[in-house]
Amino acid sequence: MNMGNVMTDILIKNGRVIDPANKIDKVCDVWIEQEKVAGVGVFDGTAKQSIDATGLIVCPGLIDMHVHLREPGEEWKEDIESGSRSAIAGGITSICTMPNTEPCIDHAGIVLQVIARAKEIGLCNLHPIGAVSRNLKGKELTEMRELSRSGAVAFSDDGKPIWHAGVMRKALEYSSSFDYMIIQHAEETQLTEGGAINEGWVSTQLGVAGMPVEGEDSMIARDIMLTRRVDARYHVAHISSKGAVEQVRLAQKEGLKVTTEAAPHHFALTEDEVLNFNADAKMSPPLRTEEDRLAVVEGLRDGTIGVIATDHAPHHEDDKRCGLSCAAFGIVGLETMLPISLDLERAGVLSMSDLIAKMTSNPAALLNLPEGSMSEGSIADICIFDPTKTWTLDRGKLFSKGRNTPWHGRTMTGQVQYTLKDGRVVFEKGEIHD
Amino acid sequence: MPKPLFGLKHIFGIADLSREQIMSLVNLGDDFIDINTRSVKKDPTLRGRTVINLFFENSTRTRTSFEIAGKRLSADVINISASTSATKKGETLLDTGQTLAAMQPHVLVIRHSVAGTCEFLSEYLDNTALINAGDGSHEHPTQILTDLLTLKHNMGDISGKTMTIVGDISHSRVARSHLLAAKIMGYNVRLVAPKTLLPAFVERYGCEVFYDLDAALKGTDILYMLRVQTERLTTNCCFPSIREYHETYGLNMKRLKAAGDHCMVMHPGPMNRGVEIATDVADSMKSLILEQVEHGVAIRMAALTALCGGATEA
Repeated sequence: MNMGNVMTDILIKNGRVIDPANKIDKVCDVWIEQEKVAGVGVFDGTAKQSIDATGLIVCPGLIDMHVHLREPGEEWKEDIESGSRSAIAGGITSICTMPNTEPCIDHAGIVLQVIARAKEIGLCNLHPIGAVSRNLKGKELTEMRELSRSGAVAFSDDGKPIWHAGVMRKALEYSSSFDYMIIQHAEETQLTEGGAINEGWVSTQLGVAGMPVEGEDSMIARDIMLTRRVDARYHVAHISSKGAVEQVRLAQKEGLKVTTEAAPHHFALTEDEVLNFNADAKMSPPLRTEEDRLAVVEGLRDGTIGVIATDHAPHHEDDKRCGLSCAAFGIVGLETMLPISLDLERAGVLSMSDLIAKMTSNPAALLNLPEGSMSEGSIADICIFDPTKTWTLDRGKLFSKGRNTPWHGRTMTGQVQYTLKDGRVVFEKGEIHD
Repeated sequence: MPKPLFGLKHIFGIADLSREQIMSLVNLGDDFIDINTRSVKKDPTLRGRTVINLFFENSTRTRTSFEIAGKRLSADVINISASTSATKKGETLLDTGQTLAAMQPHVLVIRHSVAGTCEFLSEYLDNTALINAGDGSHEHPTQILTDLLTLKHNMGDISGKTMTIVGDISHSRVARSHLLAAKIMGYNVRLVAPKTLLPAFVERYGCEVFYDLDAALKGTDILYMLRVQTERLTTNCCFPSIREYHETYGLNMKRLKAAGDHCMVMHPGPMNRGVEIATDVADSMKSLILEQVEHGVAIRMAALTALCGGATEA
């Protein structure tokens, strides 16, 4: 693909280009005209703007299919603007946002509103996930058809489970009639109520009420049975336990449309993080045992877990500074997804291409998103990162409003150097170009 | 600021104490017993020191014990009973802690229903020593030091002795602190409870676990009965009835005799007579319960002295 003497807008030169959707992994150039990818190969010509990507990895802009922004309703925790900035700082150019805002995303008007707001900011694609039930009450279904037409890409009551088995069955039946996917926060709250961390030796030592792993496992077992009956698309959010991974693996072997995602904290950390009562390591589902962590890693390796997603959950520090058992659940994750995930490649669990697929082409395929590849003619959303650069995470310097990260002060390996959105450099070496 | 003794900055829990620190505190407490039995119960050790008792949970004996301990050592003692509101309790906790610390007390004694309260507050309070007077189901170090002092008086060296703790282990900070102390001080712990009242993997403390009290009696040197929260039993399905609890896990004379003549009875209080302990047992010669209360004052004197009774640094 030698173009010869042509002029292009942006040339990304000599990077290791990894585009899993097109099975590309080679050192070459990527060039961009207007907002689109014009070519991937060897470019011979001139460019208005040139980025030397020697030693860097050039991949499609990352997709995070599990994000909580707090707009509308709780903008002091995060808003669409701060969330967009945080995303692109992490190399993420598309986010799917969970509906537990205030009001929640259970009507088309709110779907349209959050999409419009993200477009106005123009830094990151926002794909809302619609509520399964009205007002997230778990009783009546939302107007999924209309939500979908307005731009909702899947349905979930995340933050809470769709707890009632009868409602879950109906939700799976109705959604699958139109090939929509239900994303379940799998937690049998009758077992986990009052708990703050994983139930086990750590919760026993701290005297803090625990959330047993059976809370997650039992709801997934129930849901898989319903999915089998209904032939629905069922996606387990933030999988965290060995039992859960095993059940999803078996369901997939059986041919059920059961998929799942894992959050970096669940494959990188264990319950030992809370031994010092660290509320910034408290989330739901909680950090579990090393055995569970290894099962999640194995699930990522063998493909049972197709997607890495952060469950980015910003909170105000007041909601975290009150002791472990009172603190809010959730941690921020957009700016740490890539470096933490790169540990999987460094540990030999996944090839770089397979790892990037879990943050690009896989979630795109699952949700039918147009993003996630660098095919010629596709929108130029691109992440350029240095896989070996080390840096220290300072929560005070996050672009997110949330400061709730368990990785504060720790060394990260791998850093985003450039993020391009719609063919424009929106993030460059620590700076955002608004 | 006064120089702390025994290398102690705070007293959060038994988990943070060494054998030497435990022995030092118990021995210092032993020295203080005498003051409490004098006719003039006053000593100048803590003159000029300010101690604030900040209690977010109801407490009679622990709070009074700290108050008397401070006053008998001439400290200025202020008691605050703060109620935890259901919402935003954390904000109140941190703000209350910082507000009181700004008044420059030497020691804050804190009881709170949230485990890790002292660890949490210590991140924000620089110049105030903290004593954990019970944090949720986590730890209650001064109770355990008290028990060790009482045991020292009644059994001498307790290494190799067997303490059988009976009752709601899951929610007991006293049980957790004893499990930790047992390892450090070399005594054995048996736990007796139904599975509904035992936390996950509790055997990892290195203790024996029994579901049947009668099976645990033989070889027991100390029967340590825990208070049963009667409301917890029935509403959380931990136990069907008080009647059945007493029948199964209550300590009566017959069981005490089965344990043997050497066996002593302890209870951190307050007791539910007729539930975890029969009245005749509670009032028997084998009961160390009131001695525990008496020694509690001495141990709190030792704890306060350790944290703020040293020579004043320039």
